[in-house]
Amino acid sequence: MKSALPYIPHTEDDIKKMCEAIGIASVEELLKPIPASLRVDGALDIKAGLSEQETLARLKELSEKNTTTKASFLGGGSYNHYSPSVVDHLLLRSEFFTSYTPYQPELSQGTLQAIFEYQTLICQLTGMEISNSSLYDGASATAEAVLMARRLTRRGKVVVSSALHPEYRDTIETYLLGFNEEPTELAYCTEAGSTIAKSIDSVVDEETACLVVQHPNFFGSIEDIKTLAEKVHAKGALLIVVTTEALSLALLKPPGELGADIAVGEAQSFGNPVSFGGPYIGYMATKQKHIRQLPGRIIGETKDTKGKRSFCLTFATREQHIRREKATSNICTNQGLSALASAIYLNSLGKAGLMDLARLNLSKAEYLKNELSEIAGITATFTAPTFNEFTITIDGDTEKFLKQLSKKKIIGGLGLKRFYPSLNHQILIAVTEMNSKAELDTFIETASEIMGNLK
Amino acid sequence: MKQTTKLIFELSHKGRVGIEAPHHDIPKAVPDKKINSAFLRNDIEGFPEVSEGEVLRHYTRLSDANFGVDNGFYPLGSCTMKYNPRVNEVTARLEGFAGLHPYQDTTLTQGALELISELEDDLLEITGMDAVTLQPAAGAQGELCGMLMVAKYFKDKGKPRRKVIIPDTAHGTNPASCNLAGFDVVRVASGKDGYLTAESIKKIMDRDTAALMLTNPNTLGLFEEDIEEIARIVHAKGGFVYCDGANLNALMGIARLGEMGVDLIQLNLHKTFSTPHGGGGPGSGPLAVKKKLAPYLPIPRVKRRGRKFTLDHTKGKSIGRLKAFYGNFSIMVRAYTYIKRMGVEGLTAVSKMAILNANYIKEALKKDYHLPFDTTCMHEAVFTDKLQNVDNVTTLDVAKRLIDYGYHPPTIYFPLVVDGAIMIEPTETESVETIDAFIATMKVIAEEARTTPKLLKDAPTTTGTFRVDETGAARTPILRWLPEK
Repeated sequence: MKSALPYIPHTEDDIKKMCEAIGIASVEELLKPIPASLRVDGALDIKAGLSEQETLARLKELSEKNTTTKASFLGGGSYNHYSPSVVDHLLLRSEFFTSYTPYQPELSQGTLQAIFEYQTLICQLTGMEISNSSLYDGASATAEAVLMARRLTRRGKVVVSSALHPEYRDTIETYLLGFNEEPTELAYCTEAGSTIAKSIDSVVDEETACLVVQHPNFFGSIEDIKTLAEKVHAKGALLIVVTTEALSLALLKPPGELGADIAVGEAQSFGNPVSFGGPYIGYMATKQKHIRQLPGRIIGETKDTKGKRSFCLTFATREQHIRREKATSNICTNQGLSALASAIYLNSLGKAGLMDLARLNLSKAEYLKNELSEIAGITATFTAPTFNEFTITIDGDTEKFLKQLSKKKIIGGLGLKRFYPSLNHQILIAVTEMNSKAELDTFIETASEIMGNLK
Repeated sequence: MKQTTKLIFELSHKGRVGIEAPHHDIPKAVPDKKINSAFLRNDIEGFPEVSEGEVLRHYTRLSDANFGVDNGFYPLGSCTMKYNPRVNEVTARLEGFAGLHPYQDTTLTQGALELISELEDDLLEITGMDAVTLQPAAGAQGELCGMLMVAKYFKDKGKPRRKVIIPDTAHGTNPASCNLAGFDVVRVASGKDGYLTAESIKKIMDRDTAALMLTNPNTLGLFEEDIEEIARIVHAKGGFVYCDGANLNALMGIARLGEMGVDLIQLNLHKTFSTPHGGGGPGSGPLAVKKKLAPYLPIPRVKRRGRKFTLDHTKGKSIGRLKAFYGNFSIMVRAYTYIKRMGVEGLTAVSKMAILNANYIKEALKKDYHLPFDTTCMHEAVFTDKLQNVDNVTTLDVAKRLIDYGYHPPTIYFPLVVDGAIMIEPTETESVETIDAFIATMKVIAEEARTTPKLLKDAPTTTGTFRVDETGAARTPILRWLPEK
C-alpha cells in the first residue's frame, strides 16, 4: 500500500504492527473467508485518485457545464429562495452533520432538541397537533400519508386531485403497487384551476380512505380546503393536504384549522437549495390521535435521572428496527440535516420575517401576473386566487416563447404540456423574493416583444 | 459538553425581529383583496421572535450537546461512521450544482447529468452489476425500489410470487421494505456459526418465493461463504437474490456482488462513500441490478448519446418513481467527489484497512468480551455482554460508560439473534493509536464491570445529561412545545 492515500492513516509500520498483533503475515490473510473464485482479478476499471486540488478543479468544470446565471421563474415543487448566511454556517457545525440518528440520547441532545423544535415549528405552521422528524421529500411523504390513511380508515381506495403535482401522483402510484391499488383521479375545474368539490360525491365513497389535494395546487391555485374537508368527512374518508411551497403556510390559514387530517409537503423552501432536486425534506403533521400510525422518527420530551428536561426518540415500537415487517414504514435514515436547515431558517426569520416574506412573494407574483395579463395574447389561465405561482396561457407556441425568453437570460417557467397534454399553451410561473423588479420588468418587456412578433 | 435548557420558543420576545424580508420593490399587494380573507391567517401562534445573534448562539449551544465523527471515535456498527471529507462539502455547494433547478432544460444541466452518469458507471464497476438508479433517497428506499421491481417482474410475467426469504440477522428495514412491496416474509435462521447455509435455503426456496434478501458481509460481520451455492438454489427456482449493500465498505476492489449471483443491491452513499450522516440523513440509496431487471428501474433514466446527456421519461415496464425529481443530488456530488479523490487504489485500500481495523479490535478484546463467532471478521466485529452479565452488567451499561470516556457507543442489541450484542465497526479512517486507546478503554470498562459496576450503572455522568427516561417519553408523550397557559 502506498503511504499517501486520502483519509486512510495507516503507515506500513502500522499495518505490520497490527498484523503481528492479530497473528497474521499480511492483510491478505484476512481476506481468506472470501472464496478465491469470487475475488476481483486485478484492479477495478476506475480512474486513479486525484489530489484535493485536482478533484475540486474537476468538480468545478462539471458544475460550470450547468447554467445557473439566468433569471429563473421555475417552481413546480422546487423553489429558489434566499437562505440567510446563518443557516449554512450553523449547518457546518460538524457536531451536527457528522453525527447519526440519535440512538444515544445522552450525547445527542443537540440533534434531539433541534428536531423537537422543528416538530413544533411544523405544527405551528400547519395548525396540527403532532409532527414527525421528517421524511425524504414532499412526494414520498405524500405517498406515506396515503398509506397512513389506508391504515387509519382500514379502507383501500385512494382519490387524488388531478391538480396534485404529477410527480407526486406518480410516487403515490408506485407506493401503491405493493397493495394492488391504483389511485383514482378527481378532475380539476378548467376555469378556476382548482379541484371540483362538487364531484367529490361521485368519486369519494364508503370504500375511500382519503382524498389527496394540493394547496396551493400544482397550477398555483388556492383550494377551498374547508369545503373539500366537509365533503370528504361526510363519507368517512380523510383529507390529506399537500403543500409544495411551504412558504404559503405563512400567509394562508393552516390546513389543520380547515379540516385537514394529515398535512404533508415539501419544506425545501426553508433554507434548502434547489440543488437539482434534492436532498429536500418531506414534512408530515397530523392529529395526536393518529400517533400510532404516523411513519418516521418522532422525538419526545422526557427527563433524565436527575430530573432535567431532555429529549429522546420515542414511539419506536412503530418502527422497522423493532416491528420489522409490521412497522408503519420502512424508513430509517430520513432528512435530519435538511430538517435542521429548515428549523434554523424559520427561527432566523422569525414570525415577522417569515410572514413579511410570504407577503412579498405574493406581491411580486401578483405584479408579474397582472402585467403579463395586460399583454395581448397572454392571459392568466385560471380564475382561482394564487400565492407565488400561477399559470398563464400563451396565444402561440409555448416552446418558442420560452426559447425567446431564454435568449434574454430568462427561464420563463415550466411548459405544462409535458405533464398535461391538453395544456399545450400553458406555462407555470413561480416568483420569489429572488426575482428583482428589474428581472420582472425584463420578463414583461421581452414577453411583450415576443407576443408582438408572434402576431 | 455543555447543555442548553431553553427551547427557542422560550427565548422568544414579542416584537423581536430576526432576519427581515427584503424591501418591496414592487407595489404591495393587499392579501385580502386578492384572496378570500377566510383563507388567510393573521398570526402564527407561538412562532419564535428572536434576534439573529440569539439563533446563532442557540444552535451553537445545541451543537455543543452533540457528538459527531469529528468529536471522536464513533464505532456504530452497520453505519460506517467514517471521516466526512470537507472537500465534499465544498463541491456540493458549488453554485453550478446547488443553484441548479431540476426542471431546467437538459441543455442547461449537462454537467449534473454527466456527473450522475459517471457516478453510475463507477458504482456499476464497484458492484459488478449492469444498471443502476440513483433515485432512492436512502438505503431503505433503495430496498423498497428493488422489491417493487421484483414484484412487478413476476406480475408482468403473469406469475406473481408472494414470498421473500430473509435471514434472522437482517436489518429491520429488509422485512419492512418487503412488506411495503406486498410480500410475505419468510424468516430463515442462520447456522450456529453465524453463516447462512445452503441447506436451509434449499429447504424453503420454492416457486412462490420471489427473492432471497441477504446482507453480505452479514450483520455479524461475516462473509457469507456459501453465497454462490445459495444463489444457484434461488436462481434454479426462478427467484432473485437481493443483497443489502449496507456493508459494502468491506468489499470494494476485493470482490463484486454481481459476480456472486446477486441480482439487486442497494448502496448507501452515506456509509461507504463518506457523505455525512447529518444527524439522521439525508442519505442516498442507489439500487444496482442485473440486465434482466433493468427495464423495471424507476424513471427518469439518464441517457448518454455521444457527449450529450438526456433524461429519458419513457415508462415502459418501469415501476415509476419513488420521489419527485432525480434523487438526493448533492449527496451524489459528495460521493462522486470521494470516488475521484480515492481512485481505484484508494477504494481497495479502504476495504482492506476497514477489515484490518475490525480484526485488530476483535483479537484484542476477545478475552475481555464474549465473542460469539470467533473467526476472521470483515469490517465489523460483534461481541456480547455474556462475561459481564455475571456481575449484572449489561451491554447498555458498557455503552453508557463508553460515553464517559469520550466515545460514541457501538451499535447495541443488534443483530437481534445475538443476546446483548455489541457491534463495533471502526472503519478505515481511524488510526491505530485511536483504536489502541479505544481497546484500552474497553478493557478498563470490563475491569470496572467486575470491581465497580456502579460506575457503569450510573453512566454517563460527563455529558450534562444523565440516563434519559425513554419509557416515560412514550408513556406521557410530549411531542412539541406548547405555550404555558
